[in-house]
Amino acid sequence: MSAEPALLAPVSALAAPDRGRLAKLARNPSILVGGTVLLAMLLIGIFAPFLGTIDPAAINPSTRNKVPGFERTIRADDGTSTTFKHRMGTDSLGRDVYSRTLYGARVSLLIGVSVAAVSIAVGLLLGMIAGYVRPLDGIIMRFMDGLMAIPAILLAIAVVSLFRAGLGAVIVAIIVPEIPRVVRVVRSIVLSVREEPYVEAAIMAGTRVPTLMVRHILPNTVAPLIVQGTFICASAILVEAILSFLGIGIPPEVPTWGNIMAEGRNLFRIYPHNILYPGIFLCVAVLAVNMLGDGLRDTLDPKMGAR
Amino acid sequence: MSPEGPVLAVDGLSVRLPGGGDRAHAVEGVSFAVGPGEIVCVVGESGSGKSVTAFSVMGLLPPALKPVAGAIRLEGENVLAASPKRLRDLRGTRMAMVFQEPMTALNPVLKIGDQIDEVLRIHTDLGPADRRAKVLAILGAMRLPDPERIAGSYPHQISGGQRQRIMIAAAMVLDPALLIADEPTTALDVTTQAQILRLIKEMQTRRGTGVLFITHDFGVVAEIADRVVVMQKGHIVEEGRAADVLRRPQHSYTRMLIGAVPSLKPAVTREIKAPVALDAVGIGKTYRSASLFGRAKIVRAAESVDIRIRRGETVGIVGESGSGKTTVARCIARLMPPSEGAILVPDIDIAKLTERRLRPYRRKIQVVFQDPYRSLNPRRTVGASIIEGPMNFGTNHADATARARDLMGLVGLQPDALARYPHQFSGGQRQRVAIARALAMEPEILIADEAVSALDVSVQRQVLALLRDVQERFDLAILFITHDLRVAAQICDRIVVMEKGVVVEQGVTAQVYAAPAHPYTRALIEAAPGRDFGVGEA
Repeated sequence: MSAEPALLAPVSALAAPDRGRLAKLARNPSILVGGTVLLAMLLIGIFAPFLGTIDPAAINPSTRNKVPGFERTIRADDGTSTTFKHRMGTDSLGRDVYSRTLYGARVSLLIGVSVAAVSIAVGLLLGMIAGYVRPLDGIIMRFMDGLMAIPAILLAIAVVSLFRAGLGAVIVAIIVPEIPRVVRVVRSIVLSVREEPYVEAAIMAGTRVPTLMVRHILPNTVAPLIVQGTFICASAILVEAILSFLGIGIPPEVPTWGNIMAEGRNLFRIYPHNILYPGIFLCVAVLAVNMLGDGLRDTLDPKMGAR
Repeated sequence: MSPEGPVLAVDGLSVRLPGGGDRAHAVEGVSFAVGPGEIVCVVGESGSGKSVTAFSVMGLLPPALKPVAGAIRLEGENVLAASPKRLRDLRGTRMAMVFQEPMTALNPVLKIGDQIDEVLRIHTDLGPADRRAKVLAILGAMRLPDPERIAGSYPHQISGGQRQRIMIAAAMVLDPALLIADEPTTALDVTTQAQILRLIKEMQTRRGTGVLFITHDFGVVAEIADRVVVMQKGHIVEEGRAADVLRRPQHSYTRMLIGAVPSLKPAVTREIKAPVALDAVGIGKTYRSASLFGRAKIVRAAESVDIRIRRGETVGIVGESGSGKTTVARCIARLMPPSEGAILVPDIDIAKLTERRLRPYRRKIQVVFQDPYRSLNPRRTVGASIIEGPMNFGTNHADATARARDLMGLVGLQPDALARYPHQFSGGQRQRVAIARALAMEPEILIADEAVSALDVSVQRQVLALLRDVQERFDLAILFITHDLRVAAQICDRIVVMEKGVVVEQGVTAQVYAAPAHPYTRALIEAAPGRDFGVGEA
């Protein structure tokens, strides 16, 4: 512009940069669809006891391997009887598949969210250190390369076999192979942002390193990490299902989609419903998380979206 | 098409901007002509619409920008009405363009000969042998040494100036009637710039090409133009023969632009006897690229540089890219540790202090960076950026804010603007904020690293005036890094000339300019564009 005539006049008042962000997110169709489906899954998990389910672990030898729609009469102690309809049939131990699938959403989402949160937290810390403290960079990154060289499933199996099988062990087993990817993303951002003049200006202003990291570098990692987090979440849900399906994950009495499918594996040809219903839920959940991730990437990170 | 008519005639061109901008049209009612063998310079500051005009001629406007009125005739043919296919034919054969950035305009994975050959392959029916001969001939005409070797090189193997010659070669190989050059020398060093300008002029005289030359630099205009078109905010404000416009500018905006170009004649030189603020002795910086296999590579970015700055004095470091001037500045600011030497401020040596021991001295030296768009954190208000430093050193929030408000007034901005974000300011305003941020630390030494290089001349002049003002007010020692000898002449009391990491000359500004002792200094001063015309001395 020319002579900047109005230096003392107010500079043009534009809206703050974050104002349009939410509106933009809400306009993206894949965020809308993915988010809605995911929210529905979450509600299903939370309200599973009130959605016409019975105890998902209750074994009933008299109603084994019933097809979807089978009706069972339950006699209460006072002599009255009610009929219960097995909407998705029963498994080979007579447990209600509908109840187990709905309760299974709890485990899957819990694992997805906690794995994403913990692996991002740990990866963020390691990535910041690797990106900023040069001497440690080589050590951390070579270790991460080593982790990445082992197939994720294999590593998870190894970790689970070290501990007693259980929710905690499975979560740790899935987190470990995810961490290197987060570290790489964070490190590359730190490496490019630390060269920015505004970071150097902060160094000149005497800002101490921890403050510098949190105040000037960390905010740049937020958008890419939200995106990365959704993909980790999707893959964690899948890996949990795989581990449970292989019988090395969460104990079989706990209803998870992987466990239900593992249970139904032997009789798959005759009674496909045992695998079909949890399979559909798994598919939809993973698809929804991935759609959400894609949408977030397109809106938050235009550079990656255009690839 | 008549041989006498103009090569290019732009007639009443208007290009609409998408809604929400500061004006409705990028350019409005622009008319001018380029005759055969004529160089027409379109001059203006950023946002004047000069590049939009050039891109309209080439048919390369982004889809959001639409020409809504007027005509562009290339040898009589209306380019605006041409089909995309016809436009492709015209580009390369009848008109060609040279861009600003020679680093990115060439494909890094193709050999240079093949890139020029591609133009011939697409637009002519020549056989491989004929094309090869033509490529070598044009490379020779560009005064490139050893055309055979250059044709077989990749872009990263040759220098920036050579790359720009290649761009011109690719543009000229089909003998277009019109060459459009969009700031082709802005990214180059002065000595290289002078060579490129000479080359363009020579090509144009020999081949009779019409040249549309876009620039912001009146020095370049004086050097090369036959006719000048001055643009401001999308309108042509003045047009005429170069000599007339430069000597007797009619429009106030042209007068202001020419007047704002700093003169090569040094301003009043002050004799400064104040105590020394900073004494850098034998500063050296060596990069060692340790390699697991083979020998380590050693690059000496700077070697035994001595710089002494007194309070209230401005010392300039001038040099071209790769001269090590920024390395020295960053070492003195301790943004990187120097490999050798001492930095006395003035009684303690900070060159080897650890970050913790160094911290109390950080206040003393502050930096104003080159790029005002990147030196402020976009996520924080400018107020937060300004008070960050003082608060790090224990000032409480209220005091720091009060001081920041004073400083905003001092640098010519409204104190209330503290609550705004950097993107709400123009480039010059941001540079003022950056100066306020540096001053908030109450420094004794201010390092300005190309602090005005990214600004338009009129804004540049204001920021230079501001620097001079705060220097007097706070008795600051200023270390001024620049590649621009004109700017250095205006603000520096003493000059240090660097070449390839070594100081080749240093002395009082007036003396260095009047009687440069070192051949490199002489070459730099001679290469400054427009010096024969005395631009900026009016």
